[in-house]
Amino acid sequence: MTALDFASNAAVRPTWRWWVFVALSVVVLAGLPLVTDVSLQLQLSLIFLLSLLALSMSFMWGYGGMLSFGQTVFYGLGGYCYAIASMNFGTTGWAMLIAVLLPAVVAALLGYFMIYGRLSDIYLSVITLAVTLIFEKAIRATSGPEFVVGSVRLNGQNGIPGVPGLQVPWQDAPLSMEGVFWLTAAAMVTVYVALRLLLTTSYGRVLVGIRENEARMQLMGFDSRRYKLAAFVVSGAIAGLSGALYAVWGNFVAPEMFNLNQAAQVVIWVIVGGRSTLIGPIVGTGVVQWLTTWLGQVGVGQVTLVLGFVLMVFVLAFREGLLPTLGALGRVLVRRQPGDTAPPVLPARQSAPGAPRE
Amino acid sequence: MKLDRRQFFRTATGALAFAGSQAALMRAGIAQTAPIRIGNILDRTGGINIYCLKQIAATAMAVEEINASGGLLGRKLQIVFYDSQSNNQLNSQYATQAFARDKVDVLFGGVTSSSREVMRPIVNRFKGLYFYNALYEGGVCDRRHVSTGMVPAQQIEPLVDYVIKKRNAKKGYILAADYNYGQITSKWMQKYIRQMGGQDLAVEFFPLDVNNFAPVLSRIQAAKPDVVWSALVGDAHVSFYRQFESTIGKKNMLLASTTYGVGRENVALSPAENEGIVIATSFVDSLPTDAARGFVERFKKFSGQSDYVGEYGEYGYRGMMLYAEAVKRAKSVKPDDVIAALGGTKFDGPGGLYTLDGQTNHTVMDIHLAVGNAKRGFDLLESFKQRQPLDTQQVCDLRKNPNDNKQYEPKL
Amino acid sequence: MDQLAASAYLVVFSITLLVIISLGLAVIFGLMKVINLAHGEFIMLGAYACVFAVDAGLPLWAACAAAALAVGAFGVVVERVLIRHLYGRLIDTLLATWGLSLFIVGAVTTLLGPAGRGIPTDFGNVTVGALNLSVYNLMLAAVAVAMLAATWGLARFTRFGLLARGTMQNPTIAGAMGVNPSLVYMVTFGYGSALAGLAGAVLVPLTGVSPTLGLAFVAKAFVTVITGGHLPLLGTGLASSIFGAIDGVLSYRWSSVIGEVGVLIVAVVVLRLLPSGLTGRMRSGL
Repeated sequence: MTALDFASNAAVRPTWRWWVFVALSVVVLAGLPLVTDVSLQLQLSLIFLLSLLALSMSFMWGYGGMLSFGQTVFYGLGGYCYAIASMNFGTTGWAMLIAVLLPAVVAALLGYFMIYGRLSDIYLSVITLAVTLIFEKAIRATSGPEFVVGSVRLNGQNGIPGVPGLQVPWQDAPLSMEGVFWLTAAAMVTVYVALRLLLTTSYGRVLVGIRENEARMQLMGFDSRRYKLAAFVVSGAIAGLSGALYAVWGNFVAPEMFNLNQAAQVVIWVIVGGRSTLIGPIVGTGVVQWLTTWLGQVGVGQVTLVLGFVLMVFVLAFREGLLPTLGALGRVLVRRQPGDTAPPVLPARQSAPGAPRE
Repeated sequence: MKLDRRQFFRTATGALAFAGSQAALMRAGIAQTAPIRIGNILDRTGGINIYCLKQIAATAMAVEEINASGGLLGRKLQIVFYDSQSNNQLNSQYATQAFARDKVDVLFGGVTSSSREVMRPIVNRFKGLYFYNALYEGGVCDRRHVSTGMVPAQQIEPLVDYVIKKRNAKKGYILAADYNYGQITSKWMQKYIRQMGGQDLAVEFFPLDVNNFAPVLSRIQAAKPDVVWSALVGDAHVSFYRQFESTIGKKNMLLASTTYGVGRENVALSPAENEGIVIATSFVDSLPTDAARGFVERFKKFSGQSDYVGEYGEYGYRGMMLYAEAVKRAKSVKPDDVIAALGGTKFDGPGGLYTLDGQTNHTVMDIHLAVGNAKRGFDLLESFKQRQPLDTQQVCDLRKNPNDNKQYEPKL
Repeated sequence: MDQLAASAYLVVFSITLLVIISLGLAVIFGLMKVINLAHGEFIMLGAYACVFAVDAGLPLWAACAAAALAVGAFGVVVERVLIRHLYGRLIDTLLATWGLSLFIVGAVTTLLGPAGRGIPTDFGNVTVGALNLSVYNLMLAAVAVAMLAATWGLARFTRFGLLARGTMQNPTIAGAMGVNPSLVYMVTFGYGSALAGLAGAVLVPLTGVSPTLGLAFVAKAFVTVITGGHLPLLGTGLASSIFGAIDGVLSYRWSSVIGEVGVLIVAVVVLRLLPSGLTGRMRSGL
């Protein structure tokens, strides 16, 4: 089994085994708050909502073939939209909706700008990097009292504290810590299932086809730009949802949501977990987040050292990420029978087809 | 001065290891009851760490001294440290974790005003107590928040008075960091400058990652002020003092600052770059009192480092000692009991006598005017005894409105 | 008139800074198609090396040279250990060097401590009209020109430069003619790293050094180099001039934030119109 197998398997209807896995996960997640304390729920909810961000990136990168450093733009936009909308209008339901729609619109504009301009590969990544920097610098410079949206000060560097929790129709008070846990878990499972099913549709198969060989798909009559743009918008919306959930989780948004460090972390989660799978980024997020939080407390303080080392090792040695590598390892260990040879490992697509290999 | 790695780790983990070690307990004869847990969230890494490194060690030293003399209410103190890495998101996460999972009895920490404003709502949510050991722009009115550092009425007023009246530098150009501390402090500077007959020519704000000040230095030269006021913050802004000296020079224009020195910039800069900068502070290493000298000596021995300690380091010590005094008066560590006992709590510390003001939960302290010298240190100019936090007292009365929970900003 | 002089000075200064911090990255990207996101950290290492050298008693110019050599050597090691495995894989080199940059920052923070340090500049200032200009800033302009000239000279007039240019255009043919592309890449990476180290060293009197110094530079250098396109000297020179001019004018008129954001917006537009950068379509030249 190789990355290609994973990718091509994505186009196959999920088996009953997969549905059982999903159902089991739902049961476990639903029951967790009953046996764990508040702070573990806190950490897990954070991992769940961040895994949405990782999912959005792996969908675009692993399946759409576009490496974008701009996911944090939509993440930050989602968070800020929720904060500003909920503090201005007093209702959180609509704020949530805006927080998903606005990043999607921005993604549509930015995506149109880049994808219809036939930008490939590295230049797409650079532009998304530049856009991330623009947003971060712009938001950070809004500390003065003159930067207000409605009645909410943007507050620049300081971020917006006191963001209200999500109001639900069946209780007066906003969601408790447990409620947030269930919400983020539900969001993660729903998005995961939705993306997985999306990939089995004809849209999903064309998208993977474009990632494999864009020229061939175009010759077959598909307008690759529309498919890529749709993927970009979907990713943007998911990232926006992640940002809004972060605001609900922490009651706080800040320019750090836009910054390069955050963008780096998303990339690391996806690489560690495995970018050609959907479950991989979720695992990657969990592992790396837990590692960072633990390191920051143990007093080692050298979180960056470990993260950098992890990134280098994974790019060099475990290009497919944790899960596929573990999966391949598992299969090799299981198949220890005479006469059995490991299947050939094909290199996954690196650059856009047609780009010269230097 | 090279920071030896072993010394660094010893200092950094001293809080966790030493404060709870069996040897210390045996020496102090403390009963093995549950320790009083003190959450400490500071930036050991990142651009804001220039303020935190000494404070981390000084807080640990205070804990060691208290434990060595019998602990607090018969219990030992234990620090739970979190490195917020100059990232407000982590301040938010760790503050929640400190109360929800680690069940701390009190929260210390936060340096920038933005990190404080992130943590205060969390402290209120968990009904805890928060000691903010830093100088800031004043105005926070919150019974669960205690400020042990300088506020504008204590720091900026005497500084502006000295610069305008004694140095005759009436026209000022203000540079400030672009976040709530810089925004509000610059307003206070303008207020006091105008009050005392001076003139503020311009105010400019700089995000914390700016280290190229050539454009503003050109604008300063075009405006021709008598004095440049600096409320710049953090690692990158230290470049300003270098570039100012190489372009304009303190012989030609005075430089006064509310933040210079507290980040130990004098250690990173050359003697010429340090010389002549005027500051107002509540502690410098060279204060000619026994308390100051003793503190500096004990700190150097404890931390194994022999370089300049500075005000933020002393804040960590002072905050812990004031908390200990309040707990002793309250005879309990429950936050609400300690809060009730805050007013009137005193501690005679390295910078003078500290008294907690029950009306605002801020600290009355001695203020010293100083000027940088050619030996990377500061020379004392003048001292003012027991300055009240007038700016916050004018807007905040926690005795009348105990549920007040906001930060007031000055109107010009 | 004074305003014009001040703007001109700031434009020249901005261009100077961009050239200095970008040239190393440009050489590596142009000749090897490798995106070294650890470039900022190479600059930081050069700055530390300079500070140590000055502390040990060397005069500033010697310290800068020593820093360049030290970081060049480090670059060669990095190339052998890390980059060599990733040729042709553009995205992978980007990610691996990003990991390297995080690693270096963490390592330096652990070994040297997180506190910053600096060295003094005693070059004084010179008065032009009503403006005081730091002499050191003017010297930096000379340094930038020297770096460009040295690189051009090396590429144009030395045998190695010829081989490098040939390998850049077509490594396969160059290999078939007896050139060892691996060796060429190694030396080129070392040269680019040395330029980065030199950049850090000459900027220390201005900005000091701390483990996170690289972050301030890498984004600007990266955007300048990519917008410049694959010709290191022409592309980076052109991009630096355009961005430096925009930054200088905008930051004088308004603030440095407006300057930086303006530069980024222009970069996005340029890349949209010329997807391979300013010199992307040019076949020959340096």
